[in-house]
Amino acid sequence: MSHAGVEPSAEPGDSSRRRWLTALLSTSLGATLVSFLYPVLRYLVPPLASEPSLSELELDVKASDIPPNSGRIVPFAGKAVLIFRTAAGELKALTATCTHLACTVQYRAERSDIWCACHNGVYDANGTNTSGPPPRPLTKLDVNVRGEKIVLRRS
Amino acid sequence: MSSGAPEDGVPAPRPTGLAWVRDRLGWDGLAHLIAKKEVPIHRYTVYYYLGGMALFLFLVQVATGILLLLYYRPSAAEAFESVQYVMAEVPFGWLIRSIHSWGANLFVGAVVLHLISVYFLKAYRAPREMTWISGAILLFLTLGFGFSGYLLPWNTLSYFATKVGTDVPAQIPGIGPLLSQILRGGSDVTGATLSRFYGIHVAILPAITTLVLGIHLVLVQQKGMSVPPSIERERRPRTMRFVPDFLLRDMVGWLTAVALLAALAAFFPWELGHKADPFAPAPAGIRPEWYFLSMFQALKYLPAEIAGVPGEMLGIFFFGALAAVLVAVPLLDRGASAGRSSPWWNRLAGVAILGAIVLTILALLPPGKTSP
Repeated sequence: MSHAGVEPSAEPGDSSRRRWLTALLSTSLGATLVSFLYPVLRYLVPPLASEPSLSELELDVKASDIPPNSGRIVPFAGKAVLIFRTAAGELKALTATCTHLACTVQYRAERSDIWCACHNGVYDANGTNTSGPPPRPLTKLDVNVRGEKIVLRRS
Repeated sequence: MSSGAPEDGVPAPRPTGLAWVRDRLGWDGLAHLIAKKEVPIHRYTVYYYLGGMALFLFLVQVATGILLLLYYRPSAAEAFESVQYVMAEVPFGWLIRSIHSWGANLFVGAVVLHLISVYFLKAYRAPREMTWISGAILLFLTLGFGFSGYLLPWNTLSYFATKVGTDVPAQIPGIGPLLSQILRGGSDVTGATLSRFYGIHVAILPAITTLVLGIHLVLVQQKGMSVPPSIERERRPRTMRFVPDFLLRDMVGWLTAVALLAALAAFFPWELGHKADPFAPAPAGIRPEWYFLSMFQALKYLPAEIAGVPGEMLGIFFFGALAAVLVAVPLLDRGASAGRSSPWWNRLAGVAILGAIVLTILALLPPGKTSP
């Protein structure tokens, strides 16, 4: 109010009108900003690829291609799956994504277990986490042999 | 027309040529500012060179990075091949790419040493708190550059490092999975992640860094060089002029850095490795760049659960808290700003540095020695 002499239009109610106009202006500026930011933020989040409905897959891998005590990684519905044969000759399949921090695991023949090289996580042949940082077991998949070919199916 | 003639009748000579350019640029004011800039001389003066070294190495990264852009192709199908092409076919491509990779490591090293020396010399004391905070943000941006640039050659090592690195934020309760999805450009590390990291590495981070670095450098000029408390207590130190005395010494360091980079690039060209294969297991002995090794090793030691809380989540909170303390040091260490010594802050930093070194060494040991 010390500028009252400078501003000739200092009438009562002027300051509340000023406040009202400032509130209107900042609200509309804020709303404009939000209307710019909202599409940008939505743009940053990628659309999730629809989960492939694939539940069964005949692989181009023969059952005889996997000798006892060995394994290999195959793609199944966009994810890595570990198919391995135990030393006893049983064919098994587990998701190959480590439950710790998502590295890809491998079958370790020397110890007949499943090992993640990133942080030294270990699972047994049933996919149960046995040592190291993994918090959960790997997920099992059904393996069948149709003719010569291996067939994978979600359990 | 007699325009421009002052009252006393003597027309002011209109500046021409170089004088005109200097006049319009306001060069004399700038020259006056530069001439005024001084650097204190005392037994810790050598640490003043680290900031300039970090700045120089950053500019090397900008220059070599721009050159790499001319050949690099940011797609899962072509990225690896385009880097291979740069290394094998493009004249001096091996030199540019190796300098960029080696330079990145030296740059992170210079930034870390700059931070450590500034910390122990208490240069973050009032009135330089914002200089420290902007510097700490620049450190995080530097690590962001390292992490995002590492994926770009699309090789096995970088693929798995990125898988792990982008799964780490997913452990944060609530927004974690969304954060990881935004980073990856999907639910997994794919070509979409490569596009995203490319954009982050060559556009988003450079834009933010230019702004923060600008603030950091303006603050350094505004506040002048900090003199460590122990020197301040003794006497007011002599000074040398920044131009040319200090700058010439700076340049000796920069030339040495260029020579070192060229030698490293020539004798130890940066390896490209094997092309990333999303359906191959993570290879044995996999580990990230040296500046992430201590965090990587800590993640290895954390058990799946501690008192019902997932181990990785605790690790993330621990490192997050450490980062927050690092940013807030000038606000927390009140004693230093009041001119008192703050030995506890020195001890805390000593323990943190020692811990990081021990974890890094453990991560470098052959895998047989660390596995149970």
